[in-house]
Amino acid sequence: MEKTIQHNSNKVIIAENLTKRFGNFKAVDNISFEVERGEIFGFLGANGAGKTTAMRMLCGLSIPTGGKGLVAGYDIGKQTELVKKNIGYMSQKFSLYDDLKVWENIELFGGIYGMKDQEIKEKTDELMRALDFESERNKLVGSLPLGFKQKLAFSVSIFHNPQVVFLDEPTGGVDPITRRQFWELIYDATSRGITVFVTTHYMDEAEYCNRVSVMVDGKIEALDSPKNLKKQFNANSMDEVFQQLARKAKRGD
Amino acid sequence: MDKQNIQSESAISCKSINKTYDAIEALKGVDFEVERGEIFGIIGPDGAGKTTLFRILTTLILADSGTASVDGFDVVNDYKEIRKRVGYMPGKFSLYQDLTVEENLNFFATVFNTTIEENYELIKDIYQQIEPFKNRRAGKLSGGMKQKLALSCALIHKPSVLFLDEPTTGVDPVSRKEFWGMLKNLKAQGITILVSTPYMDEASLCDRIALIQNGQFLKIDTPKNIVSQYENKLLAVQSDNMYKLLNDLRASELTSNCFAFGDKHHVSVSSEQLSINNLKETLDKLGHTNIEIREIEPTIEDCFMQLSQK
Amino acid sequence: MMILLLMPIIQIILFGFALTTEVKDTQVAVLVPTNDEASSRIIDKLNASAYFDVVARIHTTDEIQPVFRDAKAKLVVVFEDHFGEKLRHNGTAHIQLLADATDPNAATSFTFYASNIINSYQQELMGENKNPYQITPEVKMLFNPQMKSSFNFVPGVLGMIMLLICAMMTSIAIVREKEMGTMEILLVSPMKPIYIILSKITPYFVLSCVNFATIMVLSVFVLGVPIAGSFMSLVAVSLLYIFVSLSFGLLVSTITHSQQAAMLVSGMGLMIPVMLLSGMMFPIENMPLPLQFISNIVPAKWYIRAVKAIMIEGLGITSVLKEVGVLCLMGIVLVTISLKKFKVRLE
Repeated sequence: MEKTIQHNSNKVIIAENLTKRFGNFKAVDNISFEVERGEIFGFLGANGAGKTTAMRMLCGLSIPTGGKGLVAGYDIGKQTELVKKNIGYMSQKFSLYDDLKVWENIELFGGIYGMKDQEIKEKTDELMRALDFESERNKLVGSLPLGFKQKLAFSVSIFHNPQVVFLDEPTGGVDPITRRQFWELIYDATSRGITVFVTTHYMDEAEYCNRVSVMVDGKIEALDSPKNLKKQFNANSMDEVFQQLARKAKRGD
Repeated sequence: MDKQNIQSESAISCKSINKTYDAIEALKGVDFEVERGEIFGIIGPDGAGKTTLFRILTTLILADSGTASVDGFDVVNDYKEIRKRVGYMPGKFSLYQDLTVEENLNFFATVFNTTIEENYELIKDIYQQIEPFKNRRAGKLSGGMKQKLALSCALIHKPSVLFLDEPTTGVDPVSRKEFWGMLKNLKAQGITILVSTPYMDEASLCDRIALIQNGQFLKIDTPKNIVSQYENKLLAVQSDNMYKLLNDLRASELTSNCFAFGDKHHVSVSSEQLSINNLKETLDKLGHTNIEIREIEPTIEDCFMQLSQK
Repeated sequence: MMILLLMPIIQIILFGFALTTEVKDTQVAVLVPTNDEASSRIIDKLNASAYFDVVARIHTTDEIQPVFRDAKAKLVVVFEDHFGEKLRHNGTAHIQLLADATDPNAATSFTFYASNIINSYQQELMGENKNPYQITPEVKMLFNPQMKSSFNFVPGVLGMIMLLICAMMTSIAIVREKEMGTMEILLVSPMKPIYIILSKITPYFVLSCVNFATIMVLSVFVLGVPIAGSFMSLVAVSLLYIFVSLSFGLLVSTITHSQQAAMLVSGMGLMIPVMLLSGMMFPIENMPLPLQFISNIVPAKWYIRAVKAIMIEGLGITSVLKEVGVLCLMGIVLVTISLKKFKVRLE
């Protein structure tokens, strides 16, 4: 037991033959991969390829029907509470409460993850400075522009210093400049040792990832660095790689 | 009659449209014209005012000031005429989730006083792709199929102008590409298309585009012209440590602007600054390895960023 | 938020003070063929008690029917001819208590109180003269001789169900289109807004008609509540009520933007007033004046009154003209406002 954990200590996510069935339908079909500490891992796939289901399982929100997975060293089938404690999560749809102020949101989520008041206070000040958000501190989140909100949501999702953060289409609809600032935040987080697991529909963002997997019909059809994938598929961009792979898809969602 | 003739040259015409919600200025003096048979793209991020503009043009809301006409008819006074001749696909695919594909299409055909058969030619190519699922409920369709059904429904009465509000948002790149293919076919049949999108890479698929940010048009032109009017030179820079490279490039006096762009960084430099060799040397000194620098043609996204920073 | 905090306060006050099933100030008409001291003493006593309010004095039996028809009184106290004389000479006299028993609970209570008051007068007389006097009150329950409570609740249920189906469901159905975004497409189509409305309300109209028929069949054949008056008048009044309810639903749909809000508005704005203020559960006469006043704008109050009159009391449509008039007016006002408010645009 000791041995395996030590052996895996640098692998933050390990999926082994992970499967999720709904009746006869295999939403996620026997996928295996590993994500290293501090890596940016892009998780691509067409609508209905099984990305969301897989992500839910890794976050401990859905129990796999087959295979096993370790996230931050904990079993996603059995130790879901410990998994949740050690990850951060942010999605395009829900992230912050619109009717709470910026600092109230931070305090709320810090509190949920059991952080001390003093720690929350110090880190909030630090964060407001880093994001250049001082003047927005007392504003309702609902009144902020989308790009601001997304940056804040990301910062909140890593506020408790999780080992890994899951981002579900974090930049949908965000303007190009903010989108890049957002990615700079991601880089910054990885430089502090946080692992980033991200889905996106923007193919240029796939290029920012250290490694990318492409899911087709519940299976992982390709997994490598963007550079190698482009070489492998003889393509100029990740978009071309994706188009080649996703066109094979037989099912919708 | 006279009024109509004067305006009938353009399919859509907008003059200094303003719209304010509570304290937020959603549109600030929007002016543009769309010619007949054109695919005109409104390109900008969420919250830029795209949906508000679409709702004004489809007669769903009233502008605070300014005038607009669609197909020669005023959006305020002749709204009934406009409603007879436009097709509209709102941002959310608005279908009856509990009706089947075929029932939805039939329903909208009836609403527009027509039948599926009457204009089947127009939707044939699109509808055939979802026909195998015609007995499936719309709520059970995938994003791409919903999008196709919604487009079929918007086309069922052979509209002269088609309004598509973010038809590709949240849809995967493959379905997006297919969708733009369909729009091209529709254009070939003489339908004017006004389409909005937050994806800058879709701009090149339009005849003309308007870049919109914070309720204002930054620029209206063909994608080609917009690219050619990019004010600086653009370099694509690569090295082994991209994050450090970004910070170094930003700090350097040899560059005006720098953004990450896929696997490269796009560096904007003025003509005076332009010296690939100098830049390479500087980066070399900073310890970068495998440096690659090339001058490239800007994308619409580069242009958008430059324009929005002014 | 405020609503959730205020709700319990309002309800406690309403139930604790304003709404009560106790009989108070029941309107009484008295038929006194011959004026004499005994009858006026009894009338005074009735009037002086908190339970009764003598509102009319009639002189012939022919006048009894109109009193009930016009809902002037719930109880008619009939003294026999030469009441005082008979009492003095024979030691016995008769009083008839004619009660409107469509609400059997109330009828039982107030006839009991009236008998008690008459009894106490008898006691007083005995005390004065030491002569054995005997006044026999004879209670007659009209319209509902078997004292079935279904006579009371059938009209109430009719009033409530139809409002629920028409108003709540219509408003939710229309607001649902707004939420799903399909309203946007329908508006940007050549279809006239009035057709959108008509097509949304037709199913609920049909549904309410079916419900009406079911309730009728059940109440006649299962509960044994006869339709004493004209069935056609009953149908006519009900159609009118359905129309009013539909317009109410329409109005709710034009002012709300989510199904939840529509539910809340029709729930709070319609269901609660109907339950509390329509006279279905709590007699309106016993409410404080402000509530009585408010009860006038609850359509169900008028409908329930009309149904009671036609179905239970067997009166013709001419005797409910006032109710019909009020409902018509409400319908017209509601439909005008909501058609005006139903926008051809989104905002």
